[in-house]
Amino acid sequence: MTAPEAPRAAFDRVLLLVVPAAAFMLLLFIYPFLYGLALSFNPKEGGALANYAHFFTTDNLWPTIWTTLRLALPATLINVGLALPIAFKMRVKSPYQRWATTILVIPITLGTVLIAEGMLTYFGPKGWLAQFLQFFHLYEGSIRLTHNYWGVLISLVISGFPFAFLLILSYITGIDPVLARAASTLGADPRSQFRHIYLPLLAPGLAMCFCLAFVQAFSVFPSAVLLGSPAGPTRVISIAAYEAAFEQYDYSMASAIAMIMGFVQLVIVAAVLGARSLMYRGPVSAGKG
Amino acid sequence: MDHDFNELRLDGVTRRFAGAGGLAFAALNELTLTIQRGEFIALLGPSGCGKSTALNCIAGLMQLSGGSIWLDSTRIDTLPPEKRGFGMVFQNYALFPHMTVARNIGFGLKMRGLSDANVAPRVAHALQLVQLTGQEHKLPGQLSGGQQQRVAIARAIVIEPPLVLMDEPLSNLDAKLRIETRAEIRRIHKELGRSTIYVTHDQDEALSLADRIVVMKDGVVQQIAAPHDVYAQPANLHVARFMGYRNVVEVAIERESGERVTVSGPDICLTGVRKQPLADGRACIAMRPEEFTLGADPGGSNTISGRVDNVEYCGRDSLIDVVTASGTRLYVRANGAPQAGDTVYVHIPVERTLVYPHE
Repeated sequence: MTAPEAPRAAFDRVLLLVVPAAAFMLLLFIYPFLYGLALSFNPKEGGALANYAHFFTTDNLWPTIWTTLRLALPATLINVGLALPIAFKMRVKSPYQRWATTILVIPITLGTVLIAEGMLTYFGPKGWLAQFLQFFHLYEGSIRLTHNYWGVLISLVISGFPFAFLLILSYITGIDPVLARAASTLGADPRSQFRHIYLPLLAPGLAMCFCLAFVQAFSVFPSAVLLGSPAGPTRVISIAAYEAAFEQYDYSMASAIAMIMGFVQLVIVAAVLGARSLMYRGPVSAGKG
Repeated sequence: MDHDFNELRLDGVTRRFAGAGGLAFAALNELTLTIQRGEFIALLGPSGCGKSTALNCIAGLMQLSGGSIWLDSTRIDTLPPEKRGFGMVFQNYALFPHMTVARNIGFGLKMRGLSDANVAPRVAHALQLVQLTGQEHKLPGQLSGGQQQRVAIARAIVIEPPLVLMDEPLSNLDAKLRIETRAEIRRIHKELGRSTIYVTHDQDEALSLADRIVVMKDGVVQQIAAPHDVYAQPANLHVARFMGYRNVVEVAIERESGERVTVSGPDICLTGVRKQPLADGRACIAMRPEEFTLGADPGGSNTISGRVDNVEYCGRDSLIDVVTASGTRLYVRANGAPQAGDTVYVHIPVERTLVYPHE
C-alpha cells in the first residue's frame, strides 16, 4: 500500500488578480520613471551628468531644495503634531465626535486651487481676517499672509491636516483601550498612559503618517504659485521643474530636477522608516498570542 | 493609597446604563458588601449578571450611578483608578505588547516613582512567585496563554495592592491549565495575605477559591455565603439551579410543619426542607442528581419510582435519566448500572430535598 502522494503545490490562480495592478504600475509608473531617468542623462548639450552639474551650480536651482524643505518639513510637523492630540481626543465615542470629525475632514474634499482662492480672499490684505482684526482694533498693522511663505504654509496645513488626522485616528482606534485601563489600575495618570502606552504603540504609525504627509507637502505646486511668491521665497523645486519643461522646453533638464526631487523625498522617507524599524511594530491588541 | 486596610465596604453600589429607547437599566443594583482584609471573595453569576460591572466600579474604571465605596473610613468611589492602587487582572490579560515581561511587571512600580535599582529585585521576586523566572526579556506575544496570564497576575500583585481584582482570569485557558493556575492563585493569595475579589461564571472556580461567594443575577445579589452554604443551602431557586440542582419539579404543598414541608405531584410524594417562605399552595423542589441513591424496592419514604430512559456511563458513576409514570424526568447520578427500560426506585434524604416558592 502506498501513501497517497502529496499534491504538488499548484499555481494559485488567485495570484492572477495581481496582474491588472502590476500592469498598471509597469505602464504608468515604472516605465515613465525609467524613461525620465534615462532622459535626465541625455542633456541638450554636455556629458551625461551635465544636467545635474547645472542644477547644483546654478543659483536659482539648487536652493529650491532648501526652499521646498523649509515649507514641507514644518508643514508636515504641524500636521502630524496637530492631528495627534486631536485624534487622541476623538478616539472615544461622544455625541459631537461625528460632527467634529466631519468638520476636520472637509478640507480633504476641496482642491488645492479652491483652497488657494478662498485663502486669497480671506487672508489677503483687504480680506475678512484683516477687516475683522482692524474692526475690533486687535491688530492695526498690515496683514501679509498671502503671496509669501506663510500663505503656502497655511495652505499646506489646511490641505494636509485631514490626511494626517484620518490616518492617526485609525491608528489610535486600533489600540485596545483596555491597555490604558490596565495602566490606570497600575497607577498611570492620563498623561503617563499616553506617554507609556499610546505613544510607543502609535510611533510606527506616526512615522508612516509623517512620510505620507511629507511626500505630499514636498511636491507642493499650485499653492506655491497661487499663494506664494513663485519668483522668490516660495520658488519650490516643482516650480523649477515646471519652468525647465514648459518655459525652456528642456525636458531633459526637467527630468533631472524631478529625479533630484524624488531623491530628496526618498532620503527623508528612508531616514524616518529607518528610525521606525527600531521601534516595536508588533500587534497593538492585548489578546493572547 | 498603598496603605493596608481592614475592610472594604460597598454601600448600595449601583450602576445604570442607557438601554433601548433611552430607558436606563441597572446593570448593578444596590450591591452592599463588606470585605475583610485577607478575604477571598468570588462574584459568581451568568454573563450579564453585573459581576464585571461590580468589579469595574471597585477598580474605578466605571463611574457609579449610586451608592459609595469605602476603604475603612476613606471614600474611594470618587477617586480615579490610578489613585486607588488596586491590582487588576483582566480577562484578556491586557499586557502591554511593546514591553518585555520584566517591564510589564515593573510598570506599576515605575509609575510609583521607584528607581530601576529598586524595581529590579521586586520584579524578580514577582517572577519567582508566578514561576516565570528566565522569561523576563520576552515580549508578551512570545508567551503562551498560561504564561501571559501569570505575567498579568505578577503585574497586578507586584505593587502589593491592598486588594487584587480578577476578572475571569482563567476563562481563556484550557482545562488542565485552568486547574493548575487556580491552585496558583489560591497559593499567591495566601502568601500575600491581602484581599482578592474574583469574578467568574464557573461555580467550581468560585467554590474552590473563595472564602465567601456572592451569587448575582440581573444585577441583583441573590446570596452571600460561604462556598459550603451556597452549595448545600441555596437561598433561592435561581441559585439552586446555578449550583447544579438540575432537578426542579413543580409540586403542590400538602402540609408544613416547622421547616419541613410535605409536597406531592402526580406520582411524587416527598418531604423536604423549606428554604424560603411559601405561599399559594404551590412550590418547587430542587434536588441534585448526585444526592439520589438507587434502590431496588419501593420501601421507605422519599422514594420515587420510574422507568430508566437513558444511561450515560461516567466512569466513577452513571448519569441515569429516570422518567416517572406521569412523564416527569429526573436526572440521577448514582452507582449501579440499570438498563434502559428497567423500573427503578430512587431515594433522596429529606434534608437534601429543598423546597422553594414556585416561579
